[in-house]
Amino acid sequence: MWSSPFISTPSSVSQIMLRVLLALIPGIALYMWYFGPAILVSITLASITALATEAAMLKLRNRPIKPFLSDNSALLTAWLLALSIPPLAPWWLIVVGTAFAISVSKHLYGGLGNNPFNPAMVGYAVLIISFPVYMTHWLTPNALGHIELSFTEQVRYIFNGVLPAGLTLDAVTMATPLDTLKTQLHLSLSPEQIRNMPIFGYLAGKGSEMIAIGFAVGGIYLLFARIITWHLPVAFLASLFATSGIFYLADPGHYVAPLFHWFSGAAMLAAFFIITDPVTSPTTIKGKFIFAAGVGVLTYLIRVFGGFPDGVAFATLLLNICVPLIDAWTQPKVFGKKGGGK
Amino acid sequence: MRSIFTFKGGVHPPTHKSESTQSAIMQAATPSKLVIPLHQHAGIRSKPIVQIGERVLKGQIIGRPEGRLSAAVHASSSGIVSAIDLQLVAHHSGLPDLCITLIPDGKDEWIGHSGVDYKQTPHTELRHLLRLAGVVGLGGAVFPSDIKAYSNKHKIKTMVLNGAECEPYITCDDMLMRERADDILRGAELLRELLYADEIIIGIEDNKPEAIAAMRQSLGNGKHQHMEVISVPTVYPSGGAKQLIRILTGIEVAAGVRSTEKGVQCFNVATAYSAWRAIAHGEPLLSRIVTITGNVEQAQNFDVLLGTPVDELIAQAGLKPDTERYIMGGPMMGVDLPSASVGVTKATNCIIAASPVLFPPPPLELPCIRCTRCADVCPAELQPQDLFWFAKANNFGKAQDFHLFDCIECGACAYVCPSHIPLVQYYRYAKSEISAREQESQAAELARERHEYRQFRIEREKLEKAEKLAQKEKASQATKVATPTVPTTPDDEDASIQRRIEAALARAKEQAAANKPKNTEELTPQQKAEIAEIDARRAKAHELVSSGEKAE
Repeated sequence: MWSSPFISTPSSVSQIMLRVLLALIPGIALYMWYFGPAILVSITLASITALATEAAMLKLRNRPIKPFLSDNSALLTAWLLALSIPPLAPWWLIVVGTAFAISVSKHLYGGLGNNPFNPAMVGYAVLIISFPVYMTHWLTPNALGHIELSFTEQVRYIFNGVLPAGLTLDAVTMATPLDTLKTQLHLSLSPEQIRNMPIFGYLAGKGSEMIAIGFAVGGIYLLFARIITWHLPVAFLASLFATSGIFYLADPGHYVAPLFHWFSGAAMLAAFFIITDPVTSPTTIKGKFIFAAGVGVLTYLIRVFGGFPDGVAFATLLLNICVPLIDAWTQPKVFGKKGGGK
Repeated sequence: MRSIFTFKGGVHPPTHKSESTQSAIMQAATPSKLVIPLHQHAGIRSKPIVQIGERVLKGQIIGRPEGRLSAAVHASSSGIVSAIDLQLVAHHSGLPDLCITLIPDGKDEWIGHSGVDYKQTPHTELRHLLRLAGVVGLGGAVFPSDIKAYSNKHKIKTMVLNGAECEPYITCDDMLMRERADDILRGAELLRELLYADEIIIGIEDNKPEAIAAMRQSLGNGKHQHMEVISVPTVYPSGGAKQLIRILTGIEVAAGVRSTEKGVQCFNVATAYSAWRAIAHGEPLLSRIVTITGNVEQAQNFDVLLGTPVDELIAQAGLKPDTERYIMGGPMMGVDLPSASVGVTKATNCIIAASPVLFPPPPLELPCIRCTRCADVCPAELQPQDLFWFAKANNFGKAQDFHLFDCIECGACAYVCPSHIPLVQYYRYAKSEISAREQESQAAELARERHEYRQFRIEREKLEKAEKLAQKEKASQATKVATPTVPTTPDDEDASIQRRIEAALARAKEQAAANKPKNTEELTPQQKAEIAEIDARRAKAHELVSSGEKAE
């Protein structure tokens, strides 16, 4: 029996995901500008792996392949994971991470819409726990006076593990700005001294701060296109700002200013692309604030006091666990039952 | 100028209204037959009071209202009753219902009728006239107006007249307001009188400037006091009674609460018009304005005799050949008609001829990604994604905890869903399952009560019998004692009586245990179905009575 409503908007999951992918492009373009085109290789590898894994899992689960493969959700997971790990890494690193993200953290939980954890972040967590060394070799930004690798040299390293003669991996990579900050603070340098090191730019790490701005631009597009709402990004950034601000004000000799945290690591990517994954974030407005604020606080704590280079992934996963509880606790009052009203 | 309010949520589907407002309301031709359902109103089906073969006059009552919540059904034209039987009707259940089929004789001969001056007539009399005229809410809920036009113990401050007409395609109220504003306002005055309401606020969506202008002009000419036409922003579902009340008064009426408890009553503009015709002219509700639109040559509004078969009506607008289905009502909340031969009823505001081009089949349903676009547009401020989850999992308790029954099935959630999930279907499914289970448990409870009472009664009877027997024997013993043949001590005697009583009781108990009550257990499926149906009817009537101010 055909039943009402008989009309619907033309929007679709595939279109929503596609727009999110589009919104990543400014960040990716800046990534290429500052770090060379290796990121394209890892995005391509991740995309192929994601689609292949998705198709295989759908087949195993007896689900129609075409409509799910074209929903673009696997591609989004792939891109987010590729953007979260070092581009100059053996090819199998991204392949293993993506395959795990799609097969285990997405399909074993029931596929699209049923995964409690953000698949890209699960992929990241698996990689950083299993292959921590590969996860620390980040490319040095171009024009930093170091040796630059050409595209073919980057590709050769990714697939064959061979660097041009006379070069070591350490010569072309570095720790992330967040890691550098942490290490140097341990060496009793002041934040001021550290910030004057050549790898740092205006706000945070040279190059990476620009990528963060690129992601923020894409995120603002998503807000205007009404793909995401402001609650999650604003609550996350505010919480990260407030937490880092408190530490900074308490002891500027040991802690850096909030803006550094905004534009370091995956903060901007998290604010607009990771924690805004609707499947793994709360549905209520109040819940969104609690969730995003929680991710913000934990991100800071893990960054500053934890052993990992960034805190976004673990903070997100920890708050993902809490989503059902947060939703249950923050159910809004319905029409006419708000009490106290007229 | 009054300040207006907003309700949360809502959607803006393409309105498709201009197609059917290009020409004036046209009198639809008298059809070859009239299929008039006896249950065109909320409440109890009216009872047929004519015979097959009988000639009836236009306006003659052919269905007598039964019970308090009911409305009369009339012959919409003069003619011969050709059948009284079950026919497919324009109802979402898709089930056949009792209809009177009338073959019009073409004379359109009226029964004697005359109006009254409502100011000189007692209110109870006016309400009775409305009931006999079959006046019900014409916005879709078809709730008998005589019941609604009674303020009961609540003081009605505001009467809202609903001319919002928020559903796409439908323009019958729009055209009625444009062409018959005077009578609508007179009807509003009549209803206000019955409610002792202080003010009347008429809400019309701002995409109907002609209707707003016509109503305002009529308002000025008629020198109506404390009556105002308010242009409200076009957003679906602003025409839901509770949404419109919220927009115009700021008052939120929760689900399960009558708006009258908050001092507001709401009528549709067409209801006010029909009430006026019924009281001032003695004309029962025999016809209504129906928008014919969609896949037709010339979309238009028709003044249609109730009972007119949909296919005969739609032919007058020029049906296009690739029409596949007919939607009664709008595309958001309408009903897919089970057949094109069903008769137009009091609830038929619009018929949309649907072709696959105009209404393409929905794309494949994908999993919910919890994007909450549904929650953003839900006017009841529910969490549709959670309700969907619970309905799908048959977790009905949780669905009720999440206010499933506050859902007004407006369809806004499904309209925006990027996964194309037919959300409203899931809610309807959950609601009907919950109702069915409640009825089952009520039936079981009733059966248990009956069973227990029967056991109690049987035991009581046995006990009484035993006592009587014992007393009788005692009496005979007493006479025997008087002639002392068998000397027995009084103690012995008492003991024997006691024994006998106990034995009788034991027998009674045994019998009661052996005698399973026949009327409550081991029922045939048919009997069970009958019981369930009776309970359902009772529950429905109860529900209808208790939700008196349901959406107009």
